[in-house]
Amino acid sequence: MAMTYLEAVRETLRQEMRRDARIIIYGEDVGVRGGVFRATEGLQDEFGEDRVMDSPLAESAIIGTAIGAAINGLRPVPEIQFADFIFPAVNQIVQEAARIRYRSNGTFGVPIVIRAPYGGGIHGALYHSQSIEAFFAHVPGLKVVMPATPYDVKGLLAASIEDEDPVLFLEHKGAYRSIRGDVPDERYLIPLGEAEVKREGTDVSIISWGMTVNSSLKAAENLAKQGVSVEVLDLRTIRPLDTEAILKTAKKTGKVLVVHEDNLTGGFGGEVSALIAEHALFHLDAPIRRLAGPDVPAMPYAPSLEHAFLVTPEKIEAAAKDLAAF
Amino acid sequence: MAKAKAKGKAPAKKSADGGLSTERLHEMYYHMVMARALDERCWVMNRGGQAPFVISGQGHEAAQVGTAMALDPTQDFLCPYYRDLGLVLAFGVTPREVMCGLLARANDPSSGGRQMPSHWGHAARRIITGSSPVATQILHAAGVALAARVRGEDTVAAAFFGEGSSNQGDFHEGLNFASVHRLPVIFVCENNGYAISVPVSKQMAISSVAARAAGYGIPGVEVDGLDPLAVYQATEAAVARARRGEGPSLLDVKVVRLTSHSSDDDQRSYRPAEDLAAERAQDPLPRFRSWMESQGIWDDQQEQQLMIRIKGEVDDATEFALASPVPDAGTLLDHVYAP
Amino acid sequence: MADVSEGLTPEVLMDMYYHMVLARVLDDRMWVMNRLGRAPVVYSSNGHEATQVASAFALDRGHDWVVPYYRDLALVLAMGMTPRDVFLHLMGRADDPNSGGRQMPAHWGSVDLKILTTGSVVTTQMMHAAGIALAAKLKHEPTVAMATFGEGSTSQGDFHEALNFAAVMKLPAIFLNENNGYAISVPARKQMAVPDVAARAQGYGIPGVVVDGNDPIKVFEAVRAAAVRARAGEGPTLIEAKTYRFVPHSSDDDDRAYRSREEVAEAKKHDPLVVFEQELREQHLLDDAQHKAVLDRAKAAVDDATEFADTAPDPDPSTLGRHVYHEAVL
Repeated sequence: MAMTYLEAVRETLRQEMRRDARIIIYGEDVGVRGGVFRATEGLQDEFGEDRVMDSPLAESAIIGTAIGAAINGLRPVPEIQFADFIFPAVNQIVQEAARIRYRSNGTFGVPIVIRAPYGGGIHGALYHSQSIEAFFAHVPGLKVVMPATPYDVKGLLAASIEDEDPVLFLEHKGAYRSIRGDVPDERYLIPLGEAEVKREGTDVSIISWGMTVNSSLKAAENLAKQGVSVEVLDLRTIRPLDTEAILKTAKKTGKVLVVHEDNLTGGFGGEVSALIAEHALFHLDAPIRRLAGPDVPAMPYAPSLEHAFLVTPEKIEAAAKDLAAF
Repeated sequence: MAKAKAKGKAPAKKSADGGLSTERLHEMYYHMVMARALDERCWVMNRGGQAPFVISGQGHEAAQVGTAMALDPTQDFLCPYYRDLGLVLAFGVTPREVMCGLLARANDPSSGGRQMPSHWGHAARRIITGSSPVATQILHAAGVALAARVRGEDTVAAAFFGEGSSNQGDFHEGLNFASVHRLPVIFVCENNGYAISVPVSKQMAISSVAARAAGYGIPGVEVDGLDPLAVYQATEAAVARARRGEGPSLLDVKVVRLTSHSSDDDQRSYRPAEDLAAERAQDPLPRFRSWMESQGIWDDQQEQQLMIRIKGEVDDATEFALASPVPDAGTLLDHVYAP
Repeated sequence: MADVSEGLTPEVLMDMYYHMVLARVLDDRMWVMNRLGRAPVVYSSNGHEATQVASAFALDRGHDWVVPYYRDLALVLAMGMTPRDVFLHLMGRADDPNSGGRQMPAHWGSVDLKILTTGSVVTTQMMHAAGIALAAKLKHEPTVAMATFGEGSTSQGDFHEALNFAAVMKLPAIFLNENNGYAISVPARKQMAVPDVAARAQGYGIPGVVVDGNDPIKVFEAVRAAAVRARAGEGPTLIEAKTYRFVPHSSDDDDRAYRSREEVAEAKKHDPLVVFEQELREQHLLDDAQHKAVLDRAKAAVDDATEFADTAPDPDPSTLGRHVYHEAVL
């Protein structure tokens, strides 16, 4: 059945909640209003106020209490209204949720899934546009999932909820309504840590995750018309990371373009590039290239500035074309 | 510091007009009406596709203008939040500047088009830039007040926030810090009963944010935020206390939210129609106008003249902003660090 | 109204006394180990024993959760942790049930005893207690979760958010503040502009109770009343137990830098062990012989624990990378 990325989030939550009575959802405006993006619309009607709750406006409390609820046998799926608002809860996520298993020698675990809309291009300015994955991918004990398509949303979200460890599930706001795709009715799981080749190619490999996978596919399609064959690898989860798939595509085409919306310096593209440099250097025919958001603190509001920030299909196309000609 | 003492004096008497001259009362009304008219124009621009986003202060005007006029724009600081259009206007921000912010023009004084509209900031007007994650500004205000005291200045810092923000840890840390150090700061909660869609009953188990003051050993005052004079008097007392070095106060100013949270929200999906109608009937603007008329200091003719003047200024601001240049994409990398 | 001192039989009172003494003897031994260079750091419950032991006894141990902080040696002993467990933890041994030698000493945690694992950044645990209580409420279980914390923690945003969250959702939680007047070196008057932490309860619409933390009976009654209220679905309670820390913050601290010896000597007049011993003697539950027996029993347990931990194996370095994520049972 064809549906939007947003509908895939909602329908997966619904399907999982019907299946597993331990799942609860809470956050700011997720109840009566159904979330500011309507990702949880109708869920309170179906599952009641106990399982879909509006919480006070306090992110640290949302995550901190989810940790306790998980330890006492529930499967909380808390929502942070915008990824940009996650920072008051960093202490609870990084120092508590991600460390509890390790610090208790494996005796306690925190199976929570933190859903957070990320990314820009929606006139959200500095505090409703950020890509936050690099901060969190640095943290062992945490898993970071960034689906690009409705199909992947469903399989990855179900797998995240089943996972025994804390998962940060980042949904791109721009994808919510603009990205559609077929999603089977039946339940399925996509294992965390398995990348997928979204398009086969031979000249250049684009490695990306989240929304920029879709932009990369557009660029690849245009380049095909110009005789450049581009392979697009979607990492889908950046921790755990599918190193094998990264090295495989790098060795196959010998030319790698890493694309992300987060800013360049210290971005996750650096990690991908380092892995290739360490393990596949002599298979390369060109230096690894990274295309990323510029090093400014966050995305500005004015359309002229926002557009200048964004990693668009056009910019990807130009970069890939340039690399192919190296 | 002689000035401080003079300012620290309590008002001579509590009168219905708050001790304000007719001229000041007219100024108060002007700012309230201007805030409303500009706000309404912002929505028109949004629905006309010229402004991607609007976030409103309608229903908060009495609270905002009442507090602003009890502060001193030449020496006090504001740490506002996104609903504070009336507040910043009364502190000297112009309609042109507001519209340049709405349309994200290069000459927007808040951020040069970098931030969403209503993220106020104006160095010359002593308004400190704010962000979207709520309640952070409460700490900034405490810090401004700390610096004022260290530097021996007679400055009061005022932080503004919604009642939803009073659930954030930063609220608690800000009030605790300011009260321990007896800082010259006032904390103004513009309590409209809704954090986007979440009613206050689901945010806290108390009916009054003012009750939280007891945890910090500071005064917590409930104020009728639909009456600008009540707000003015409560703020004046809190400011005087701050200037006397007696520490912070928390004002719980009860207001109404006459619009949806923002242009991306529709409050009819979570608020009953009768509640919305009841709030509309409490609109602070007609109430203040009637009061002035009852005092014999306002009449229909003055109202008419004011409307004409305001429409002219709003039209001017709109035209000015529309004709102002958008930010040059080449400036994207500016201002990441000091020059 | 339930009788909140119900269950305080002579046997229970003597059991409470034993745990208080055990905690003190164990605590003293930890300092000896530290000064001998065999335990790098010690955090003490010295002075807090009445609050900790009595609060644990007022709960339904085995069903209720405690979410402690680093000062809670006496609390975890009363919840069932053994002196051997404590010493394995102190010395970072492989069999340390709290963390397998991963955490600093006094970072308690035990699934079996329903003691939640704790970190070093203060106040996070209050959220976790609220979350445990949330799950209990949604599962319709009669479980209560009790978080403990120092008065310094009440300045943290997490304190505010946890109390607000638990209050608005009427969760079966108890927030027990062990107020010893010092956040390391900072006295309470520089921490807050109110004399009582309990005053903060007004901001959440919940009861705030001040209790003499050196009197185990008073603490027991206050915690039991809060537990009854919690189980009745009436929501959380903030209890402030006023007590004192007789020793420095940790073995790396020297409290002479920030408080006078006279102040400490004055506080020791209200040592909970002395107070309770007198109470038991007055009730004819304790005589010299029994007093000696209690001390001997505690000392023997501590000797045994010391020897046991001394020869226990260290963690194998090859286990460094384990338990980052869930390990599927093969």
